[in-house]
Parts: sequence; C-alpha cells; structure tokens
Amino acid sequence: MLLVLAIVMLVGTGARQILAPFAPAHPTPISLSPAALPLYTLRTVLRMVTAMLASLLFTFTYATLAAKSRRAEMVLIPILDALQSVPILGYLSFTVVFFVSLFPGRMLGPELAAMFAIFTSQAWNMAFSFYQSLRTIPNDLNDASRSIRSSTWQRFWNLEVPFAMPGLIWNMMMSMSGGWFFVVASEAISVGNLQIALPGVGSYVARAIEARDLAAVGWAIVAMSIAIVLYDQLIFRPLVAWADKFRSEQTAAQVVPRSWVLDLFRRSSLIGLICKPVATCWERTTRARLVLPPSPLRTRLVRAVARLTPPSRVVDAFWLGAVLVGVSYLGWLVVGFVGSSLSSHDLRVVASNGVLTLLRVIVLTALASVIWVPIGVAVGLRPRLTARVQPIAQFLAAFPANLFFPAIVFLIVRFTLAPKTWLPPLMILGTQWYILFNVIAGASAFPSDLREAAASFRVGRARWWREVMLPGIFPYYVTGAITAAGGAWNASIVAEIVSWGTTKLNAGGLGAYIAQMTEAGDYPRIALGVATMSVLVITMNRLLWRPLYLIAERRTRLD
Amino acid sequence: MLLKIDLSITEGEILGLLGRSGSGKSTLLRIAGGLIEPTSGQVLYRGAPLHGPAEGIAVVFQTFALYPWLTVLDNVVLGLDALGLPREEARRRAISAIDLIGLDGFQSAYPRELSGGMRQRVGFARAIVSDPTLLLMDEPFSALDVLTAETLRTDFLDLWTSHELPTKAVLLVTHNIEEAVLMCDRILVLGSNPGHIAAEIRVPLPQPRNRLDAEFHAIVDEIYAILTSRITATIDLQGQVHGGLVQLLPQASTNRLGGFIETLASPPYDGQAALAKIAAPLALEINDLFPIAEALHLLELAELKDATIKLTAAGRLFARSGTEERKRLFREHLLRFVPLVAHIRHILDERESHQAPRERFEFELQDHLNSSDTEKTLRTAIGWGRYAELFSYDDQTRTFALAPAAP
Repeated sequence: MLLVLAIVMLVGTGARQILAPFAPAHPTPISLSPAALPLYTLRTVLRMVTAMLASLLFTFTYATLAAKSRRAEMVLIPILDALQSVPILGYLSFTVVFFVSLFPGRMLGPELAAMFAIFTSQAWNMAFSFYQSLRTIPNDLNDASRSIRSSTWQRFWNLEVPFAMPGLIWNMMMSMSGGWFFVVASEAISVGNLQIALPGVGSYVARAIEARDLAAVGWAIVAMSIAIVLYDQLIFRPLVAWADKFRSEQTAAQVVPRSWVLDLFRRSSLIGLICKPVATCWERTTRARLVLPPSPLRTRLVRAVARLTPPSRVVDAFWLGAVLVGVSYLGWLVVGFVGSSLSSHDLRVVASNGVLTLLRVIVLTALASVIWVPIGVAVGLRPRLTARVQPIAQFLAAFPANLFFPAIVFLIVRFTLAPKTWLPPLMILGTQWYILFNVIAGASAFPSDLREAAASFRVGRARWWREVMLPGIFPYYVTGAITAAGGAWNASIVAEIVSWGTTKLNAGGLGAYIAQMTEAGDYPRIALGVATMSVLVITMNRLLWRPLYLIAERRTRLD
Repeated sequence: MLLKIDLSITEGEILGLLGRSGSGKSTLLRIAGGLIEPTSGQVLYRGAPLHGPAEGIAVVFQTFALYPWLTVLDNVVLGLDALGLPREEARRRAISAIDLIGLDGFQSAYPRELSGGMRQRVGFARAIVSDPTLLLMDEPFSALDVLTAETLRTDFLDLWTSHELPTKAVLLVTHNIEEAVLMCDRILVLGSNPGHIAAEIRVPLPQPRNRLDAEFHAIVDEIYAILTSRITATIDLQGQVHGGLVQLLPQASTNRLGGFIETLASPPYDGQAALAKIAAPLALEINDLFPIAEALHLLELAELKDATIKLTAAGRLFARSGTEERKRLFREHLLRFVPLVAHIRHILDERESHQAPRERFEFELQDHLNSSDTEKTLRTAIGWGRYAELFSYDDQTRTFALAPAAP
C-alpha cells in the first residue's frame, strides 16, 4: 500500500516539473551533489515510462493496420524495416530542433525530443513483434472467434492482444535495455548553439565530465543500477510472470516465471479491493461490441468495398504507383536540401569514415564472439551457474554503457593511450552482453539427449565444438550478434568521440563524423552521415545477418 | 477444391461428411459455417443466403481452438459475446452449459491444466452455450485417444437422443468410418481431386448402436468398398492420361509399406484381409490405411478389391525376403508401375552430368497438379527412389543425382 502511494506521489512530482517553463537562454543548472541524484534518476525513469506507453499505443495502431490491410502492409512494413536501421542518435539533432520549435520557451520541447529518442528505440521492435504475432494467430483460433461472431473490437482484446502478449513483453524488455542508453545520451545534447540539459542522470554525467568529477560519475552509476533493478523488479518481473498465462502452448512450462510483486498483488485483499473497479471497467470496455447498428446503406457500402478489395492487380498497381510518386517526391526534396551544400569531397570523407566504422563493428563483434561464446556455453551447460549468471548478463545488457565511458576515458587520458585503438572497444562495451546471454540461453536449451549422445560416442573436443555445440547454439548466437552489432553502430556516435573536461579524444569514423556535425549544427552533413550509416547497416543486415539467420533456421530443424 | 456439391441438412438429423484428408470436407464445413465465402454457389440458411457467421450456427473444432489465457468459464462465456447479454445472465448460461456437458468443478481451470477430452468438452460447451440450431463439428474426436473419444461420443449421443440440446441438426466431418456409422443418420462419402460427393448412405439403425451388430458391419464394409473402388478407378484413370506421369502418389513411407506387408502376410490374415478387419488392431484410420493400400495396389504388391486387400505373388515374395532382395523387388516394381520415378531415373541416365534440378520435374507436374499435390508427390517419389537406390537427392541444392551422394 505504502508502495503504491509512494509511486503515485513520485509520479505527480515528476510530472509537475516537466511542465515547468523552459528558458533556453538560461540552461537549468545541474547540481553535482549526490543528494540531487534520486530526483534526477526519477525524471529519467519517468521519461522511460512515458516513452514506453507511447510505443505501446503506436504498436497497437500501426501494427494492427499493417496486419489487417494488405495495401497498408505493402507500405508500412518496408518503412518499419528502414526505420529500424537508422541510427537513433544520428537524427536526434533533427528531432530536438523540431520539438523545441514546436513548443518554444517550454521545457516540453526537449522533454518530448528525449522521449522520442527512447520511443524510436522501442517502437519499431515492438510493432514488428506485434505484427508477426498477428500474422501467426492459428487459423482455428481465428475461425473460433469469427464463428462466435466477436466484433473487431472484442476480437482485438480477446484474441489478438493476448496472443501477442508474450512476444510483445519480451520485446519491450529487450528494447528497454536500449532505451536506457538513449535516454542517457539524449538528455544532454547541444545542436549548434542550442544547448539542452534536461534534469536527469544523463545530464548529471555530462556535467560531471565537464567538471572532471570521477566520484560523481560513480554516484550516477550507483543510482542508475538501483533504478534498473527496481524497474525490473517492480515492472518487468511482474509483467513477465503475469504474461505467462498467455503462452499459447497448451502444456505446462517447466519453469514458471515468478514475481514477488505480482504475488503481493494477487494475494493482498486490500489491493484486490482497490483494483476491482478498474478491472470491471476494463472488462466492460473490452467486451463491449462497439459496432454500428446495421443499416442497409452500410451493408451495401461494405459489399461494394469487398468487391473492390479482392486482389485486383489494377488497384494494386495504382496504389504502388501512388506510393512511389510520394516517395520520389520526398527523396527529391531531401536531395535538394542536402545536395546544394555538399561536394564530392564530403562524399569521399563520409565513405572512408564509414568503412572505418564498418571494420570496427565487424572486428569488435568477432572479438566479442570469440570471448563470450565459449564462456556462454560453459555457463549455459551448468544450470545452477546459469541461474546466477543470466540475470547479471541481462542487467549488464540493460545498463547504459555510456555511463561507464567517462571512467574509461579517464584511464585513457591518464595513461595517454592511443585513442584510435582504445576508444572503439567502447562501442561494444554495452552490447557484447547480448551475445553472452543469448549463447547462455542457447546452451541451456540444448537438448540433453543430444549432449548425452555426443558424450556416449566419445566425440572429440574439436569435433564436439564444430559439430555438436556450435550448430546447436547457432540460431541463438545469430540473434545475439545481430543485436550486438546493431547496438555498436548506434554507440559509435557517442563512443568514437569523447571528452574529459576540456580534453577531446577523437578516434575518427562515421560516428565521430556525425557527432561533430551535430555539435556544429551542420544539418546537410548530419543527414549525409546518418544516411550513409543507415545504408551500411541495411547492407550488413541483408548481406550478412539475414542469410545467416535463414541458414540457422533451416539447418536446425528436423522436419 | 470442391466441385458440384449439393447437400442439404434437415431438422433432427446428424449428417456425416466422410472422406480422406484433402477431400475438402473441412472446407465444406467452413463454407456451411459462413467462415469461408464459396467462390461460386451459395449457402441457404433458413431459406436466406448466408454471408458470414450467423446466429444459430456454432462450430466445434478439431484442435479445440480454446483461448489458452482464459479459464474454462471465460472461454464458454466468450461463446455469448455476440449476443451482448448482461454479465450475470451470460455467466448463468455459461455455467448451465458447463454443467450439461459434464465440466462441473472445472470452471476456474485454464485449458492447459486439462486433458484433451476435458478440453474438447469446453469446446462443446462453448458451442452449445448460445443455443445453436445447427452444430458444425470438424473432426471433433480425432485429436483424442481412442478411449476418450469413445466416452465423448457416447456422452454427446446421450445428450442428442434425450433431446437435452436445443440443437436441431448436426453436421459432422470425420475420416473415421466407424465413428460416422455410429453417430450419423446419413453419411455423404466425399471423393477427392476435386472434392465431390461419391455416395450417400443412410444409416437406419436405432440409437444406441452396437459396433458388433451384423448390420453395423455391413454398412462399414459398404463404405470401405465404395472408397476402395474409387481408389482403383483413380489409379486406372491416372495411368491412362499423360503417359501416367501425372499421378498423385500416396503419402506412404517404405517402412509403413514393409510393416503392412509383413502383417498381412502373417497369420491370421495369411495374405488376405478385409480392410475393416485389419484396420482395427493396427489402429489405422483411413488417412493412414488408404495411402498404404493405395501404394501397394499401385505397385502391384497387393490388390484392392471391394473391401479387401490381398497380397500378390510379388507381395508374398517381398514379405519373405531380406533387405537387399526387398530393395531389388521394390526397384523393379517402382520402375514398372510408377512412371514418374522411371522418368526421373531416365533423365538422370541420359544426362552427362547425371544430375537434374528438382524444378524440372516440378514444372512438369505443375501443369496438371496444384503446388501442394506436386510437393507431396515429389516427396513420396524421393522417399521411394532413395529406398530403392534408384537415385539420390540433395535438399540443400535441390537436385537429383544418379550416384549416391558422398557421405
């Protein structure tokens, strides 16, 4: 009960402050005192929650539209695919300027920009997951729903949302990890002469870097750790445990996820009493039919639309044509905006920087794989060790690695190490854990009879790795490596160029390029950098990850 | 794929749709339920054309189609969703349906806690809770084990004959011949490619029926005879057109063929058995039995006539032989009686590389078969050809080759 009250009060305080007037001329001073940290952390967490709700809303509308209408799907899904590959930190500068101009003089602009950054790190994943789930609802469940004549609204809440729930929550949890990274990076940002520092952990760290205060960085790390653990325990553990009932396999699971918070909610009669009206209200809403009364005009209209909708090629061609014209017009606008101020020299600079960062991402992913795959397998095959290591790996993956950057940069400055060799590893600092915990998951899911078979035939060590274990964990490894590499691209924007007080370290590369141009407020070059990075990411996905994924899917099936 | 189907169902009867998988019986049921709009023709329900699911028609699904995240009670209440009843009223009706169907005490359980039989009872409760006039049942007992299925059948028949259900008529889709004879008043036997009504059989026996009755047997045998005559007729017909190349091969693995031949050759059958007799102890349903019988007939290892199957001389020899001899025999018959396999082998022999891509044969078949039939036929041809060591096939590169692939 106290808990609930505390949450409500904290949310209230945080919300009031967000609406405080914002004067760009006097940036809010950020205090470095550890006492200010709890409130800063709360602000950061609130941004996360708001962005998550927005992502959820987006998911429900966008993905539903894409799954229900074939023509909308033709446009919406490629857009989603492209958006997923654009480095979020790259276009932060655009969104900041956009939102600030939307609400001049108010804190709301930069707040929205920060939330939007988090939103973009979650929404695409979640929408994809929801769309995939909608597409894979078993035919029989759909038929059952239609034969009892549920309305579209009822079906959405009775069938579609519950069916998609486990995948959606898992995806929310995964994207949440990325979210922390972006919220920290987006709180303190300067675009040209516009300097923004939203009260939050990210700004606190930025201020600490300016002041060369290593202790403050330590405090921020502590505060963030507590926030992440609480977030996990209070929100995601209960959600995962609750969503377990939506699993559609009809067999009982071996390990049922548990959460003490959920148990508390389920057992406490007081909380039950409070929640009852909410639950009833929710049930009324979702069970309402929400259909218009039948009228002859509407029936005729529906028939007419139905006659048009069958896969008629003419309409399809027309639709595709309209979309193409729209896209080319937009493309023309962008080229006009960017092209006028760019020369072929810029292209060459960006290309060489891009290749440099690409090489870094590949080398770092390979390096992380060499280190973490054996360790992951070793852990995954020992169930008791797995139970202990897996939460730590997940926590590390969720922890925004950019909070650690100052500590490492401090070491580099102190021992005057070469930035070109020592900065790039920061790119994979936060995302290498995805490889670790996916490999652990893969190794612990490896069928024990296959392992026992290998043991009983006394398969040699090299052969065991090559033909037993590696193929077994391959699909999991690919998933982890995709996430790690994708994260590394994003991180390059904050990792290839760093500062400590007045000292600036620059390792070159596309990330550093984008970061420099953002600071200078040079929009055409930011756009060029972001576009190049997107193209590189998409190319890597198409040429490397997707084929690997297909192989993984095909080779590890028995039927 | 349904062609020229004309059926009507009237008050007070259980109408059975019997056929092998692929005969379109489930499609027909979904059309009747308004779940699929027929590409041509129309459905009349109470004299008016049917568009989409209508009030008074309820469906019971083979896979139960329960919502795993809802309790038994909520699943049943869902069946009343469309009526927009007040909460209490819906609950009351759901509970009485649950009582009627024998699920008392399971209201708060989730489907995953229940056995298959109990799950299907929930499926029944959800269907009857809205007091439907017409009940459509899509192989409702086929996902259950033999004992559970029998209990559910008799429980349902008890409710039906005692007129405790508001339901006026039932359409039952099944591939189980005995089940159809046990439950239905009238049975439509469906033939495949394209689906059509092959025969209509009345079952004038009073309920409850006894499987051991002579009359019961006579009807079961009659249905077997109808189905076998269709198989032999189809094989003859397919052999005559397109040089026999376009032949839908039955889905029967060589292991099953071998096992069936051995069983048939040994006592008490000694090489000859009525299909109904041999199906029961082997627990083979027609979806398993008929592909085997069809394959054996096609390969002339056995002969199908009326409702009996009889080993040929080659079949008897096969039963007596060892592995190598069996393969040799199978190879000879394959080349003689399955033109597609002979054709593949011929192409491989002729080509200098002794290799041929799968697409080549797919194209040939797809001129006359749809893609799923092509896929099935090729899978069978590959399985048989590999066993007979006539050719090898690499699924990665999708090519046939003459020499066995290197290990």
